[in-house]
Amino acid sequence: MRARLSFRHGVHPPEHKELTAGVPVRRMPYPEEIVLPLRQHTGKPARPLVEPGDRVERGDKIGEADGFVSVPIHASSAGTVKEIGLWPHPDGSMAEAIRITVDAFSPQIPRPRIIPHWDGLTPDQVVKAVQRAGVVGLGGAAFPTHVKLLPPDDVVVDTLIVNGAECEPYLTTDHRVMTEYPERVQFGIRIMMHTLGVERAIIGVEKNKPDAIETLERTLPDDLDVTVQGLTVKYPQGYEKMLIHALTGRDVPPGKLPMHVGVVVQNVASLACIAEVFETGLPLIERVVTVTGPGLRRPSNLIVPVGAKIRDVLEFCGGLLDEATEIVFGGPMMGGSQPDVDAPIIKSTTGIVVLTKKESRPRRTYPCIKCGHCLDACPVFLNPSLLGILAQAGRFEEMEEADLATCMLCGCCSYVCPSNIPLSQMFALAKAGAQRRKQQAA
Amino acid sequence: MSETSHVGDLQLQLRASPHLKAPDSTPKIMWNVVGSLIPVIAAATWFFGPSALLVLLAATAGAVLTERAFGQRGSLGDGSAAITGLLLGLTLPPGVPLWIAFVGGAFGIGFGKLVFGGLGQNVFNPALLGRAFLQAAFPAALTTWPAATTEWARLRGDNFALPFTTPSVDVVTEATPLGLMKFEATPTDPWSLMIGATGGSLGETAGLLILLCGGYLALRNYLNWRIPVSIFVTVALFQGLLFAVDSARFASPLFALFSGGLILGAMYMATDMVTSPVTNAGAWIFGFGIGFLVILIRTWGGLPEGVMYAILLMNALVPFINRATQPKPYGSPGRAAKRGAREAEA
Repeated sequence: MRARLSFRHGVHPPEHKELTAGVPVRRMPYPEEIVLPLRQHTGKPARPLVEPGDRVERGDKIGEADGFVSVPIHASSAGTVKEIGLWPHPDGSMAEAIRITVDAFSPQIPRPRIIPHWDGLTPDQVVKAVQRAGVVGLGGAAFPTHVKLLPPDDVVVDTLIVNGAECEPYLTTDHRVMTEYPERVQFGIRIMMHTLGVERAIIGVEKNKPDAIETLERTLPDDLDVTVQGLTVKYPQGYEKMLIHALTGRDVPPGKLPMHVGVVVQNVASLACIAEVFETGLPLIERVVTVTGPGLRRPSNLIVPVGAKIRDVLEFCGGLLDEATEIVFGGPMMGGSQPDVDAPIIKSTTGIVVLTKKESRPRRTYPCIKCGHCLDACPVFLNPSLLGILAQAGRFEEMEEADLATCMLCGCCSYVCPSNIPLSQMFALAKAGAQRRKQQAA
Repeated sequence: MSETSHVGDLQLQLRASPHLKAPDSTPKIMWNVVGSLIPVIAAATWFFGPSALLVLLAATAGAVLTERAFGQRGSLGDGSAAITGLLLGLTLPPGVPLWIAFVGGAFGIGFGKLVFGGLGQNVFNPALLGRAFLQAAFPAALTTWPAATTEWARLRGDNFALPFTTPSVDVVTEATPLGLMKFEATPTDPWSLMIGATGGSLGETAGLLILLCGGYLALRNYLNWRIPVSIFVTVALFQGLLFAVDSARFASPLFALFSGGLILGAMYMATDMVTSPVTNAGAWIFGFGIGFLVILIRTWGGLPEGVMYAILLMNALVPFINRATQPKPYGSPGRAAKRGAREAEA
């Protein structure tokens, strides 16, 4: 078991990070309205605690966590609750959301609160504080962070892995967090190591961010075993499984979690967020978002209040160019197209990428020519060619036998397919179908 | 901000991720293969005169017109029919009547590809299937090898013979190097084989040039280099073994590598993506099988050359090879065992 600082297969899409890699983070002004969906995380949606007409201050809890795998929602701005109802969600659906009319004259000062010192807290108390602050994984998956902090008794975690790979093209969110707030990342690591009781932490950063590696190395704590490792620049290096493999040589068996091989993975921005909870007492109400792409006038890295609409963010970045055709939430490899510019930024939004005709022109699909390029690209060693043929024939049970469950929908196969077969899209549908069949059987 | 008011009325596109795409496409791969054959075609024309161009043209016309007539609409643009025609033409002798070359191209596309459902569906290499059909139907025309001539512009046979007539032009013929070896035990100097100064099919000569052109495709990842490497290594090893046993009776490995259609077959026919294994492990096995069968047929079979049948036979095994060499998924017990073994060695 040796760290290889890379993984096998994967792809090298053009990075395009130069658009925003050197642009310092700026704060975006408060828009006129904030829309906070109750479902911004993996797990059960929050339950609303406010009613239309209620006055809220910045940082107030307005939605309560519903169970353990759930987190509360907080107001990201002072204002008045306007409505609670269906609103376009960035995942493309309509979802329950709390709309707040922003008080334009408010100084946006949160209510005074007691900030407990992290060192005196038991792991359980830290977990509660993290959940109370509504912290979720900020790398895109939005899994409630506190859930990862309480491994069951039969699991021994020995390493904290800090994910600063940021392998998606265009995105520079984590890059800017690492270079501008390294102390906060280090403080988050300290809290996390304390809570998990681990002796070792490894920060993995792709080598295309030398300034981030340098800043993190300069701010490493003297009293803890924390190291920074430069990783091969390759998509999907930032995927949990790929990152664990690159840094520890361990592989997570199917159906198991990283903690079952002794590691917990946290994204750098999530750690900075945890640090902030214990520094200022403020919950997760704003985040760094990369707003970029060839179709945008002023590509930027912004601190955006959670709940700001895409429209407001894009207008703050100078608006769209005439060639713009498509707005992607998250990175272009895994992110989803946005049908509605009124959908809000949520906790899991890493970036907004505006693409143009050049990237989104339709391409003709050809039959599979069995070139095998997808097998050479698949980071989890599946046979996407076979899975694609099975999908087109509607043989979904056989797809499950061909280990469809291992597929992480990273999109490498679709990216390389010379016949433009929408492989990962078919796999996403097949996985959803498998899920439905399982539920019906249960 | 009035300049940005069009954020609201923009026609947004919705596409599934990934939103970026690698620049390769199936037509691009196919036309690159066609392009990489241009030097080979030029060499054939240099050695065999206008006959070479005529035969290649006839075979390609047969393939392309059949695809146009019976294939899916617009399928000509993917370039695969043109490849089949050109490759078939390169396996034919320069003096073959043009109508035979045309029929071969038509048969290859019609029965080698379209009956299976078109691009990507066929089991056998269409060009070789066309060639196999011609060899069975017109054995004499397919084994008439004109001798080298000093007049470049002269036709190397009765290319314009009418269908089903006996060729009327007398040509001086000679045996191919493989024929000489098999039936007269006379080896040809390997250097002549490499540069192509010998008799044979259009693409049987100029081995070095074909290696170069195929190498270009391998560099661009348009052919799986493991297949030709595996074929060459297997042929060299087995022939080397035979040669070591009795160097008077068996040809040298160098002769075996550069004679006949081995290089063209290994570089361009065996590597046809559709009819070769999809896994890399499978590619090694596939190449090994072809190399082994080539030596077997050449040494103990009735024919001097065995590349065509070796590849067609291995084509038939591809589904089994694919099944036997499925990759082991990340985190699966099979993969863990493999890694464990590797690390135990280290």
